Amino acid sequence: MKKGGIFLNRVFMALVFLFLYAPIFVLIVFSFNDSKSRTVWNGFTLRWYVELLQDRQIMNALSTTLLVSLLATVIATAAGTMAAVGFFNMKKRWRSPLLAINSIPMTNADIVTGVSLCLLFVAFFGGWETFARWLNGAQSLFHLPARLHMGFGTLLIAHVTFNIPYVLLNVMPKLRQMDKNLIDAAQDLGCTWMQAFWKVVLPEIKPGIVSGALIAFTMSVDDFIISYFTAGSGASTLAMVVYGMTKLRISPKINAISSLLFITVLTLLVIVNVREARQEKQIAQRRL
Amino acid sequence: MKNKRSLFAVPYVGWMALFVVAPIVMVVIYAFTAAGGGLTLENFSRMGSYAVVFTRSFHLALIATAICLLIGYPVAYMISREGPGLQRVAMMLVMLPMWMNFLLRTYSWMSILENTGLLNRFFSAIGLFKLLNTVFGTDLEYFAMINTKGAVVLGMVYNYLPFMILPIYSVIAKMDGSLLEAARDLGANSFGVFRKVILPLSLPGVLSGVTMVFVPSVSTFAISKLLGGSNELLLGDLIEQQFLGTAYNPYLGSAIALVMMVIVVVCMALMNRFGEGEEQAVML
Amino acid sequence: MKKTFAVLLALTMALTLCLTGCGGGGERIVNVCGWGENIDPELISQFEQETGIKVNYQTAESNETMYALIKQGGTDYDVIVPSDYMIGQMIEEGLLAELNYDNIPNFELIDSQYKNLSYDPENKYTVPYTWGTLGIIYNPTITGGEIDSWSALFDAKYAGQVGMIGNPRDAIGAALLYLGYSVNTTSEAEIREAYQLIADAKASGVYQGFFMDQLYDKMEAGETAVCTYYAGDFLSMHENNPDLRFVVPKEGSNWFVDAMCVLASAEHKEEAEAWINFICKTDSCLANMDFIWYASPNAEALEQYPAYYEEVNGEPMDPALYAVMAAPADVLANCEAYVNLPAETLALYTDLWVELGIG
Repeated sequence: MKKGGIFLNRVFMALVFLFLYAPIFVLIVFSFNDSKSRTVWNGFTLRWYVELLQDRQIMNALSTTLLVSLLATVIATAAGTMAAVGFFNMKKRWRSPLLAINSIPMTNADIVTGVSLCLLFVAFFGGWETFARWLNGAQSLFHLPARLHMGFGTLLIAHVTFNIPYVLLNVMPKLRQMDKNLIDAAQDLGCTWMQAFWKVVLPEIKPGIVSGALIAFTMSVDDFIISYFTAGSGASTLAMVVYGMTKLRISPKINAISSLLFITVLTLLVIVNVREARQEKQIAQRRL
Repeated sequence: MKNKRSLFAVPYVGWMALFVVAPIVMVVIYAFTAAGGGLTLENFSRMGSYAVVFTRSFHLALIATAICLLIGYPVAYMISREGPGLQRVAMMLVMLPMWMNFLLRTYSWMSILENTGLLNRFFSAIGLFKLLNTVFGTDLEYFAMINTKGAVVLGMVYNYLPFMILPIYSVIAKMDGSLLEAARDLGANSFGVFRKVILPLSLPGVLSGVTMVFVPSVSTFAISKLLGGSNELLLGDLIEQQFLGTAYNPYLGSAIALVMMVIVVVCMALMNRFGEGEEQAVML
Repeated sequence: MKKTFAVLLALTMALTLCLTGCGGGGERIVNVCGWGENIDPELISQFEQETGIKVNYQTAESNETMYALIKQGGTDYDVIVPSDYMIGQMIEEGLLAELNYDNIPNFELIDSQYKNLSYDPENKYTVPYTWGTLGIIYNPTITGGEIDSWSALFDAKYAGQVGMIGNPRDAIGAALLYLGYSVNTTSEAEIREAYQLIADAKASGVYQGFFMDQLYDKMEAGETAVCTYYAGDFLSMHENNPDLRFVVPKEGSNWFVDAMCVLASAEHKEEAEAWINFICKTDSCLANMDFIWYASPNAEALEQYPAYYEEVNGEPMDPALYAVMAAPADVLANCEAYVNLPAETLALYTDLWVELGIG
């Protein structure tokens, strides 16, 4: 009975993973298809991978995506960790409402976040234009650009905004779990608070920071809706290029670049996993 | 002393004021502004004609959330029962699809579900249609799967299932093993342990999973476009149309977004009263 | 997990650096917004080499989306390529800049037939880019017969096989034509009647959905059997699926001009005019026609195109296809161009379109 249950469980899990990976498998297979068709197999080719390297639009989008995700992750991780320390030391009366605001970007629909940021930016640009014209007219020492537009900057702001909450909520529990006496002990031993933070607190909350950063990065790469509303005409991420293409026909080149990204991440994860497993085994053996 | 450390939060509080609170204030202002300028309630009075879209979106999102819960909970539970190595691999497998752009994955479903798509080709290759036609005397050439509500729900379940599995798993995995042992020692059978101990303790995870699936489902626009053939507008489509689409009217769009936001917040607040309203995030 | 992340981070950083390292600053640029698959990318590189001006080419889904993007602000387009009726509306709202035709000497090459059209009667704002007709594209191997009337879009005979066009002007326009009304009618009753026709057809399951450029894929794959779309796009589809046919229905149709305009807010007006001038060259028009299959308003290029086709492709061009691309005078005589509608009518279109989606 028990054995059968486990077997059935595994079958169920396998089916769920099949469901999750079937479309990805289809995508990867058809990136090698020797025609533009999405459903008919016409033979094996690598031509999409070759053409990919010459496609300026896709390459630009790839670099925008990576750059914005990376910068947003770094900024959000630093800011989120700092904010978590601040929140942790705050009185509950203040912390609770602030945490509620913090969770807005996570629980709000992406489209509302995107649209509201877009409205804010447009309103800000309008105000800026008036201000810059007034200032440029009033003095001649320096000249401010009057017209701003959405682009990489606004995209980055949006990504940072929706990334910080994830970092914060991953770091907070680690701070709470930490033994508070540790800081006191460090300070008693002559550390300043800052030193204590770097030497004691940071190593303790590191797992939280890392997983927060990882989630932030993944969210940034995967995001489409918020980028769509905040990048304007100035920058396109890979997701936006894909959306543009879903209205046309998806170029197999997009399948190719996505397959490459996917396989890269997969390989890295596998390598790291195998290594960790091996290390664990070694440690276990040494103990014996 | 303690208060001084809290100053670390100041930059982020400022950031939130600028980029979280201010944008929402903008939405509220726009929602009450007439297209020509000036205060108005007209945008809301038009909401009545969109009631169908609201009910449709909430209906589909509820179905998708329910299915995600029915699949996601057992999966999360089963993963947490595996050995640590397998657990790690399984959780990675859950996260990994997010590295393939969600639009592409959805587009890929289109290839699978189309009338001339992979699934229908497969069925016809194994002679399923011939069999059905001879048995039932029909003349089926394909199953119509694409451009239906079912396809939209499938798209939602597919895209947001990981958001259900992750929080539930992280709650169950953190559960104190001795608690379960204690329950068993006290004579509970495994179903009893599950019902009396695991299920109540995992409720916060379920709640955040439900939120994380329901909210994007109710506001999606890409999925209904790709898999639903734009036949029936969802809330996301309606809002997108007002901002970047055929019916340019950001004031009305803001009003719709605002109403949607309020309904969602109320739903979440009601739901959180059942569970402990503790903050809960996707955690690895 | 930690190490995974470190490796990932290092990798992305390296990738990003080598990808962004190629950019430079302080160069002359022009931001162009056109339709998807509506320009030969070779032309962009060629222009960049000749003039040293960098081209940022972006695409919009439809006239309405482009309008929304511009209206909302925060975009930095210089050159846009909207269709006739949208140009009229944009001129009215003061969104376009008057062009300095001294910077566009190649404007002379444009056939006078496409100058001073109703949307820009004095031709102060626009330079035509392409023109063509709206028609029905169908796959006779699936429909099992020929189609020559707009009725095909509303006929229960084709239930589940029709991909309706996803923009209000063309969809309601097709229904108006079928009913024998003008595509530019402002009569609410006529427009509502046309709308009802579409709504009924939708309710009875004639349509698979409402699509724009997704139709390429769907028509080529045989997923969709009947749709209404533009002549140039039919030729692209025909390249990949020779079964497809195009017809300008007997009730008449719409003929359209897409024209290049410069936005009033453009920051690179000179570069924009240089770009427009470059595109008007006969060589550019020929290369572009061969790529996008839309007829050029450059008289010389249009005339030379069949010879150019033969030279490039090594076989003569099918005259029937050429007739689709550059509709002959007798077909055009039966076609009407869209004019910009008054605000109330536009609002009616929008409302009806949303209503259709509400279903």
